[in-house]
Amino acid sequence: MTKTLTREDLLKAYRTMRTIREFEERLHTDFATGEIPGFVHLYAGEEASATGVCMNLTADDHIASTHRGHGHCIAKGVDPVGMMAEIWGKKTGTCKGKGGSMHIADLSVGMLGANGIVGGGGPLVCGTALAAKLRNQPFVSVCFFGDGASNQGTIFEAMNLASVWNLPVIFLAENNGYAEATSSKFSVACDNIADRASAFGMPGITVDGFDFFAVYEAAGAAIDRARKGGGPSLVEVKLSRYYGHFEGDQQTYRAPGEVQAIRDTKDCLLQFARRVTSSGEITQAELDAIDADVKALIDGSVVKAKSDPKPTEADLLTDVYVSY
Amino acid sequence: MARKITYQQAINEALDQEMSRDQNVIVMGEDVAGGEGSPGEQDAWGGVLGVTRGLYHKHPGRVIDTPISESGYVGAAIGAACVGMRPVAELMFVDFLGVCFDQIFNQAAKFRYMFGGKSETPVVIRAMYGAGFRAAAQHSQCLYNIFTHIPGLKVVVPSNPYDAKGLLIQSIRDNDPVIFLEHKALYTMEGDVPEESYAIPFGEAAVVREGHDVTIVAIGRMVQKAQEAAAELQKQGIHCEIIDPRTTSPLDTDTILESVEKTGRLVVVDESHPRCSMASDIAGLAAERVFGSLKAPIRQVTGFHSPVPFSDTLEELYIPSAAKIIAAVQSTKEYK
Ligand SMILES: Cc1ncc(C[n+]2csc(CCOP(=O)(O)OP(=O)(O)O)c2C)c(N)n1
Ligand SMILES: [Mg+2]
Repeated sequence: MTKTLTREDLLKAYRTMRTIREFEERLHTDFATGEIPGFVHLYAGEEASATGVCMNLTADDHIASTHRGHGHCIAKGVDPVGMMAEIWGKKTGTCKGKGGSMHIADLSVGMLGANGIVGGGGPLVCGTALAAKLRNQPFVSVCFFGDGASNQGTIFEAMNLASVWNLPVIFLAENNGYAEATSSKFSVACDNIADRASAFGMPGITVDGFDFFAVYEAAGAAIDRARKGGGPSLVEVKLSRYYGHFEGDQQTYRAPGEVQAIRDTKDCLLQFARRVTSSGEITQAELDAIDADVKALIDGSVVKAKSDPKPTEADLLTDVYVSY
Repeated sequence: MARKITYQQAINEALDQEMSRDQNVIVMGEDVAGGEGSPGEQDAWGGVLGVTRGLYHKHPGRVIDTPISESGYVGAAIGAACVGMRPVAELMFVDFLGVCFDQIFNQAAKFRYMFGGKSETPVVIRAMYGAGFRAAAQHSQCLYNIFTHIPGLKVVVPSNPYDAKGLLIQSIRDNDPVIFLEHKALYTMEGDVPEESYAIPFGEAAVVREGHDVTIVAIGRMVQKAQEAAAELQKQGIHCEIIDPRTTSPLDTDTILESVEKTGRLVVVDESHPRCSMASDIAGLAAERVFGSLKAPIRQVTGFHSPVPFSDTLEELYIPSAAKIIAAVQSTKEYK
């Protein structure tokens, strides 16, 4: 079963969640100034999912992400400083400023890429998992996808494929209730996305995505099973995004006060802090120190991103085979 | 009566008028209304950039939000068209056609011919295309050339509000599958548009500017860039004729070739990648059919053979500029 969390693990989990939150809150503020180019989809509110899953993974395991990918990247170990530069369109960015927020990738830490195509990641993880299986390596692959993406044919095909090939894949459905302005109550025909697992011959489970420990346990069990050759699983986490679909979304489709109520009562960082301090495992002072550390890291990443150079004409036709 | 409205409003108006005229016209796509099943406002988005806003309340039951299942709903639109509906399916970004390409090019495009003329497929697939939004490689492509390659599809690329309205109305009334592509940088462009309904026939290019020195054929948003270039070149005494094909399939080859015969020089401006593009296609047609009239090599001004980059410096380099068009025109004039 899932290993028990040490004090170091708990501190790491908190640091990861706080880093994601700080990164996203900062982007939210900076986007409003008009300086950040392109589409930016924030992951704030969903930190327990990426963190709870990736705490069970190593750099040799793979994840595929989505358009809302910053949290997955950070939790999988992509450097936030390079990420910030990428989002600002700088040459020093994770992808040299060629990809931007929706395409951050770092294969060196097993991060197959954020994705601009909804549902694009499902088949890809079947491939990385197949490779691990054929090479007799104990590596697993996780596909993060949203409630909206859960209706995409690629996801259905990938779930079936993973099952018939008995692949070490975890399909991690992040059900935040909306795909753009469309509620999952409308778009998903069953009560829970996890209910679909049985149709593909795999176990499915729905967990509270605001609770780091619940995600960690459920994902850990599925990952453990996959590593041991037990095949794929579907894990659905129910959570909420704190901001619009993308920055600039007026969110008139949401109920008034919807997000505030969640922030006040269910917030993953709040719950985590309460639990580890009241159990006496971690002190508030330790958490405060992490907060300060993370704030300095993100502040520094923004200062650097702003002053870093942009790519130039010489970069336009590199990284592509040009015969014309 | 004509009044000034935007490209985006012209598209909305065309849909509205056709939906009022014919109950078989329906609009479907992801968040074409928005708010489905949610606790807040219905018609919360009206399309990702608000193009279909308001239609949901005006035409109850006929503006249909879909799950994110492009193969499913684009295929359903095609099936409904086979039995006489006139669906307008919205793909949001043309890049997403990758998800549902089979339904478009193996299904819709082939039916009429493959079934020996026994079926018609009056479906319209709307999508936005083009670079300039820092939207990176998977949200910035042109791809009209890919559809143009497929027999059975008609492909429409309006460059201004007037054409957008008239061509969309024609698209809805046409009995073949139509790919209707809207450049996202044109949505805010204003122009004179009649209030009443009108249809612009397919395969009729517009001569946007007359001139006798050089023919510039420009596609979609590139018409604007060509106009900028032509205004500048006029000051240098070079008179450009600008032709906007308006539909790449069918293509009005007569208007293009007659102009080239008159000017003897051709520059084709196409935002897409250069290989197998509209630019190379039109250049090839001219080289084959009016070779004897050419006084200089044909020039193509296009994007690069690379995915569309994210960073603004790179994306601006990627998109054909007026300066590049000017240089290309000058080179055809200077050729000895
Ligand atoms: C194939 C495809 N269709 C549509 C889109 C446009 N789009 C981007 S994100 C999104 C909603 C995704 O919803 P969900 O999967 O629930 O993820 P969330 O945004 O809630 O994290 C849509 C429709 C796209 N990028 N790709
Ligand atoms: Mg969602």
